[in-house]
Amino acid sequence: MRSFAFVRTDDVSAAIAASADSSTAQQGASARFVAGGTTLIDLMKLNVERPERVIDINRLPLDRIEPLADGGLKIGATVRNSDLANHAVVRRDYPVLSQAVLAGASAQLRNMATTGGNLLQRTRCMYFRDTASACNKREPGTGCSAILGANRTLAILGTSEHCIATNPSDMNVAMAALEATIHVRGIRGERSIAIADFHLLPGDTPHRETVLEPGDLITHVTLAPPAPGSRSCYLKLRDRASYEFALASAAVIVTVVGGRVARARIALGGVGTKPWRSTRAESVLTGEPVSGPAFRKAADAALHDARPRSQNAFKVELARRCLVHALKEVTL
Amino acid sequence: MNSRTQFESATGADGVVHVTLRINGTAYRLPLDPRATLLDCLRETVGLTGTKKGCDHGQCGACTVHVDGRRVNACLSLAVMHEGEEITTIEGIGQPGALHAVQSAFLARDAYQCGYCTSGQIMSALALLGEPCGPKDADVRECMSGNICRCGAYPNIVAAIQHVRGKS
Repeated sequence: MRSFAFVRTDDVSAAIAASADSSTAQQGASARFVAGGTTLIDLMKLNVERPERVIDINRLPLDRIEPLADGGLKIGATVRNSDLANHAVVRRDYPVLSQAVLAGASAQLRNMATTGGNLLQRTRCMYFRDTASACNKREPGTGCSAILGANRTLAILGTSEHCIATNPSDMNVAMAALEATIHVRGIRGERSIAIADFHLLPGDTPHRETVLEPGDLITHVTLAPPAPGSRSCYLKLRDRASYEFALASAAVIVTVVGGRVARARIALGGVGTKPWRSTRAESVLTGEPVSGPAFRKAADAALHDARPRSQNAFKVELARRCLVHALKEVTL
Repeated sequence: MNSRTQFESATGADGVVHVTLRINGTAYRLPLDPRATLLDCLRETVGLTGTKKGCDHGQCGACTVHVDGRRVNACLSLAVMHEGEEITTIEGIGQPGALHAVQSAFLARDAYQCGYCTSGQIMSALALLGEPCGPKDADVRECMSGNICRCGAYPNIVAAIQHVRGKS
């Protein structure tokens, strides 16, 4: 691990000031916030992350979950995954979010990892994590070892010729289905970003993963009130039953009226280069009767643009069945 | 906001951060390289070697300790992040002749073979007793999935935990 200066503060403005002189907030950033540390410290040990300054934000007043006047929920950036998943309101109103968080990592890691950190969780692509390999995400312009390499766990949606790294988060998939809003404070003040716009597709700049700029600090996430009469769930499929990343997962929120789907929100995990909301599957499903064939049509729509590589073609059908199963789970 | 807001580095010119860590009820004033993980600090600086280093990447759970009563992976946390927090290691919960009930249960149920993962397993199990974990063996297995045992002592680990919980 490279040497760095350690900064600790209980003041949001001071934390932002301490990170603002970095040339980027993306790969190669010279300043990094640390909260749980479960991604950052891991990558610093591998020399994938080499910040010169690490700013401890654990003492900032961002660790609360508060109900909003409109019936929604405000989740502070440093709320721990375990506190989020076990919060009574989250369990009651947003079960898909509680289930997704509990499906990720281990109890120890969930006690450390935070809401803001999870939004910024980095890929598990082995070539990204290995500084001896070519990786456009880690070192722009060096090439992608994964496209012709060990790509069994990598993405089939949203990929490019430069990067096929999977976004590994479970929480993000639920947040995408919930259409969460991410609130950021930076050197020019506050702004809010829809989660659909927060993560970037790799394109020819896979080292740019989010819209964050130097100095930007995620302060909290807000959720709209739960859709009346909706049911939700998160289904995760993986190589072992626990403590493993998704090969495919689905977050679904469905409202059924008179035996037909009145409203659907669908997002997939483990298959996309970003948390993969499928508005196409939602449109196909809306108005359809609750039935296996309708779910299958929605799943076909969700995977329509899938581009598998040498080892991950199985994910196309796995993701379809995952989505169909999740939809049955909340409707039948 | 004022973008010129000042911040102060906790790191001195010598690259050292001075922190006070409370470990098993004792305060230690330590000069630390900020790169030191909590795990390395416990083992190398404080000399508490009961906490083990397995993978050093948060994938095995051998380094599990409690921070303010919650179990965490000491390998993925910087020691300097824990000023003022209460850190509990395996040495802090029981000693030969005065074992904690979880330690006794691991002995009684033969919940280990080589023993390398055991302190992490016990610290995890102890934390589990205060967490929302269902009553079944399967619930315990899920709640303990962050602790790997390469010897495969899982059935006896689950039995020991269920014994302590009065579910066996």
